[in-house]
Amino acid sequence: MNTSAESDGFAAEASGLTRRFGDLTAVNHIDLRVPYGEIFGLLGANGAGKSTLIKMLTTLLPPTSGHAEVGGFDIVKSPAEVRGRIGYVPQLLSADGALTGHENLLLSAKLYGLPRAQRSARIGEALAFMGLADSAKKLVKTYSGGMVRRLELAQAMLHRPAILFLDEPTIGLDPMARHSVWDRLRDLRRDYGMTVLITTHDMEEAEALCDELAILHAGRVAVVGKPAELQAGLGAAATMDDVFAHYAGGGIREGGNFSDAVQTRRTAQRLG
Amino acid sequence: MDRFLRESAAVAEVELIKLVRDPTEIFSRAVQPVLWLVVFGQVLAHVHGIYTGEVGYLAFITPGILAQSVLFSAIFYGIAVIWERDLGVVHKLLVSPARRISLVFGKAVSAGFRGLVQAAVIYLVAFVMHITLRQEPLAILGVLAGVLLGSGLFSTFSLIIACIVKTRERFMGIGQLLTMPMFFASNAIYPLDLMPGWLRVVAQLNPLTYLVDALRGLMIVGGDSVHGYGVDFAVLFAVFAGLLMVAVRLYPTLVE
Repeated sequence: MNTSAESDGFAAEASGLTRRFGDLTAVNHIDLRVPYGEIFGLLGANGAGKSTLIKMLTTLLPPTSGHAEVGGFDIVKSPAEVRGRIGYVPQLLSADGALTGHENLLLSAKLYGLPRAQRSARIGEALAFMGLADSAKKLVKTYSGGMVRRLELAQAMLHRPAILFLDEPTIGLDPMARHSVWDRLRDLRRDYGMTVLITTHDMEEAEALCDELAILHAGRVAVVGKPAELQAGLGAAATMDDVFAHYAGGGIREGGNFSDAVQTRRTAQRLG
Repeated sequence: MDRFLRESAAVAEVELIKLVRDPTEIFSRAVQPVLWLVVFGQVLAHVHGIYTGEVGYLAFITPGILAQSVLFSAIFYGIAVIWERDLGVVHKLLVSPARRISLVFGKAVSAGFRGLVQAAVIYLVAFVMHITLRQEPLAILGVLAGVLLGSGLFSTFSLIIACIVKTRERFMGIGQLLTMPMFFASNAIYPLDLMPGWLRVVAQLNPLTYLVDALRGLMIVGGDSVHGYGVDFAVLFAVFAGLLMVAVRLYPTLVE
């Protein structure tokens, strides 16, 4: 295989990527380029197509048309190669509460095929990196929400992915935990050169964490740019909220659906 | 193959750890088969309502009740899968490079652990109730194999239903709708000979019948497998393999 991962310069690249569900076009001819080493934010109202786009890029959902490469591999032709090069943290806290932190990591290490000789070193390193070394032997159900999130980051970084996908990484976390997750993501980029792609509803997160943003509206990319550029484009006093309202089709609109609301509430409950 | 075994073992091991750490579910699942044997079985044995040849009724239904508890504990495993889907665990598993067949098979193996515990409970109750069961190592090995195969088969069936209905509410309804007819349309608590013709046909198409038939031969002293062990195990194995193939296709659609 001569598709060198680094040569094209993009960790993720989509062109004309489209997904329909019956009559609904959730993602409509999206072109997107995520450069290596960036923290890239996908913004958009509920139902704008963020989740569908992430599912396609992480090989969970086949596109209806168009194509995309992640880590240098085609998401449809080489899904196994793509999976080996990405890490994924779902929106809900999905680490297994009935297992210890260490056991959760061991499962990931095995599923990602880390050689036995590397496992304990990698697990120890990830736990230390995420500040969880002292809690490794405790059951995850005794963890705080922020600790679970960091454990999931540890799981997602074990195999040194080129690109990390996170769906609303700090939703429901208290401010302290939120900042600690941001710090860890910045560290992952700095120390391991990982590209980070997040979805978020949180304008503070978009502004403070992301190098570049793409705002989706009705399945299309409404705008791409650096947070400061996007704000400057709307005038000197524009805030990120203004940017979002301008491009995402009017700040508060009746986007999303019941299941989005239920999901968000469940997250909040689990973190409660 | 090596990778398949390693990944499956990783998935199954996690379930085993959880089961050992919190065995309450196992004990609550053990109540039902005990009731069937101690209450239902004893009453029917007393009135001699069902003719089971030289084998007493209690001994006759013991393998049937084991097969039933394998079915019942495996069939609600789909609920756990839907729960995992709602939490994003299934997404996480499917984003990993582990093969889909390993993820599905690993879960089937872990259902087998639960089945083995059920078997231990049944043997214990049988011992307390003075129901004599075969004790040759080979016969017991055969029982274990049958229980593992049956657990894998019914849990994979349950996974397929979960992939189709996708919500817990709908699953609960369908789960109830399927398990009782599968139980009654089988040879678990009465011989096939006593059934009306149409029911016997249904029972012959029911995999549970083949599990009961094999267990009956392997557990009861002087008992016999009507179809022969070869047929019983071949049917169970073929159905399990077929269901696995379907489940591998459907499992990824759970997150679409």
